[in-house]
Amino acid sequence: MEFLEGALALMEIRLGSIKKNIDGMLKVTIDGIETEVAEGTTILQAARKIGGEIVPPAMCYYSTLKNSGGKCRACLVKVAAGSAKDPRPMPKLVPSCITGVQDGMVVENITNPAVLEARKGVVEFLLLNHPLDCPICDQAGECDLQNFAYEHGMANTRYEEDRRKFEPHEIGDKIKLHMTRCILCYRCTYVADQITDNRVHGILNRGDKAEISTYIEKAIENDFSGNMIDVCPVGALTDKTFRFKSRVWFTKPLDAHRDCPKCSGKVVLWTKGNDVLRVTGRKDQYGEVKEFICNECRYEHKDMNDWVVEGPRHIERSSVIAQNHYERIDLQKLKQDVERQLKFQEGKRLNESNNIPS
Amino acid sequence: MARKLLLKDIDVPGIRSFDVYRKQGGYASVEKALKTMTPDQVIDEVKKSGLRGRGGAGFPTGMKWSFLDRRSDKPRYLICNADESEPGTFKDRYLMEYIPHSLIEGMIVSSYALGAKTSYIYMRGEFRWIFPILEQAIEEARAAGFLGNNILGTGYSLELYVHPGAGAYICGEETAQIESLEGKRGNPRNKPPFPAVVGLYGCPSVVNNVESIAAVPHILTMGGDEYSKIGVGKSTGTKLISASGHINKPGVYEIELGLPVEEFIYSDEYCGGIWKGRKMKAVIAGGSSVPILPANLILKTAKGEPRLMSYESLADGGFQTGTMLGSGGFIVMDETTCIVRNLWTFARFYHHESCGQCSPCREGTGWMEKVLHRLEHGHGHMHDIDLLVNVAKNIEGNTICPLGDAAAWPVASAIRHFREEFEYHVKHPEKVKDRKHFEKEPFVSEKKLTVAETV
Repeated sequence: MEFLEGALALMEIRLGSIKKNIDGMLKVTIDGIETEVAEGTTILQAARKIGGEIVPPAMCYYSTLKNSGGKCRACLVKVAAGSAKDPRPMPKLVPSCITGVQDGMVVENITNPAVLEARKGVVEFLLLNHPLDCPICDQAGECDLQNFAYEHGMANTRYEEDRRKFEPHEIGDKIKLHMTRCILCYRCTYVADQITDNRVHGILNRGDKAEISTYIEKAIENDFSGNMIDVCPVGALTDKTFRFKSRVWFTKPLDAHRDCPKCSGKVVLWTKGNDVLRVTGRKDQYGEVKEFICNECRYEHKDMNDWVVEGPRHIERSSVIAQNHYERIDLQKLKQDVERQLKFQEGKRLNESNNIPS
Repeated sequence: MARKLLLKDIDVPGIRSFDVYRKQGGYASVEKALKTMTPDQVIDEVKKSGLRGRGGAGFPTGMKWSFLDRRSDKPRYLICNADESEPGTFKDRYLMEYIPHSLIEGMIVSSYALGAKTSYIYMRGEFRWIFPILEQAIEEARAAGFLGNNILGTGYSLELYVHPGAGAYICGEETAQIESLEGKRGNPRNKPPFPAVVGLYGCPSVVNNVESIAAVPHILTMGGDEYSKIGVGKSTGTKLISASGHINKPGVYEIELGLPVEEFIYSDEYCGGIWKGRKMKAVIAGGSSVPILPANLILKTAKGEPRLMSYESLADGGFQTGTMLGSGGFIVMDETTCIVRNLWTFARFYHHESCGQCSPCREGTGWMEKVLHRLEHGHGHMHDIDLLVNVAKNIEGNTICPLGDAAAWPVASAIRHFREEFEYHVKHPEKVKDRKHFEKEPFVSEKKLTVAETV
């Protein structure tokens, strides 16, 4: 009987492998969790499919922007086994946002202390020349760098020298560029590249003197240029119609839409009372806008009557914006979140003491 | 006298011109390859020769060629990397300036082997005066029927272009070079895909160093097996070494790989010993990026064997007690050299040349430079030394291209071998404020002093 069971199991495995070949699905293990993804998927996308704590942070990668990723090194992970065919580990940490998965790949993210150590280094590098002017920055509260540093960084800095400084620039009449805050993720240049025919917006100079700029202060004249504000992970590009109006956590975000001939018209209204302070695209849980909105929706319709309000926008409880308490608290979920967070912290500690990197 | 291949005819008057070069037996390999050999046979000969890339990494050239994607129906490109900007390396400049035809000849046979119809020489922007020399060499070769349509009546056609860069070290990295050649900002690409599959204009491409390409004609004329007999072990053939620093005879020397380092430094045929009768303190064996080694470790390995000028022997002991042959920029420092000041100079270079694309390199190189500046000028603290080691560790291996590694290795190795000197800079800020501090009063290790007293 046992023998039969064994044979059945073997057949199942074989059938499974045949089925896999037909589907072209690849099996990948991330931090001990297995998943199957289609060919051509990157490690980051596979991790996002699983979701939760094991998703590597991403500062420069943007799923809707072609060629983005690979620059900030925040999403570095360890590939412990390259593939089923060639199970050797990859010698260096690899950027998960641009590394494609292979069948049988084993990836270590938060279970590998070397990865967490490297990420700590990346936070330090990104904050090195960052002015840390969060108290006066409009992005505070919805800033990817803030979240990333809070999660992975150190509380103090080892940098003693002066930070680099730039004068604020105007990019068109609606966007302000604070180059001092920029982490050079190149996202806005990809937006500009993909919405305009010419290279009107790009990087000048080299190294830590590199700066984002338009050609001789020329405005980007395009109906979708405002999306550069949405893709910016930090407060380098800000909406001049919203600057210093309010902290984002004092505003109430509402999902809304209108009939727009240029774009989908699906937006988030950031409101205070009956005033619309700001209009942005709808960001998903990873801070990415899937449907870009046009400048008319963004700047010209700051009136509740122009919009059909769908309801309050769901904000993650971990976000500082959620402190507004306008959404009913799911205590059960909150408990789960806290427990998961505690478990995660426990796991990190275990790794550090048991598994010291050589 | 050791065997010479690349610089064999360097003393022949007028070797820069086509006629003299041809009289010395030049372009024979083109005739041999195009008329009697198939491209695959040429690649086989190069594989047999064991030629390793002369640009720094030492990757076997024949193997690199065999990775080229031959199944795609896109055109294939050969790019010659003449963006030689590593501090301490000046061999390619010498070769291109004085024997330009050896490079042109190598480009023709290499392009034939790879099936490239168009090839480029990407030259460093600062080598502006070499640009007309190469252009003229190309014109002469074209007039003699070695370039253009239907070369020597064999049906093979090749166009060769020289492209000057705008003066960026990073464009020596192969994918950044391809970007630059395409007319874009010279930012390295993420790999994979490698250039052998997706390279210039999205087509399969090979990027080779000047010296590797110039060695190919010699391999073809003498045969791959014969070439592999020169040298030692897996380090075959001859190598150009640009020797500089505190030696009696700085310059470009061609050596057979496997020459003892001691002979190279002290023999009159090569460097001719340390100048002014001083003692040697340290050597950087392969251009500024490779780890620095103190005098005792460069002459003998940690195991006590004499160190040879070869890829394996110099790398013996890993990064703990070894270094790399790299691009052959051999920098010798005497006892008056300040290692901290030298390291600061290198750090300044890498800070200036970082492209600014990925964060560890962009921010880390600048940070290291600032800390080193502080140490060198007597404003450092003891914890700065460990800070440097930690920053170098955070950069190394976490960047898109090897520039991050190149910036981190010298820092890590200098502190590994010369930690006492860094401590001296912290302990004696008044003394190091004079920029010639070690010239006036050479550094003496305190550890060695106490040992001497107890004995």
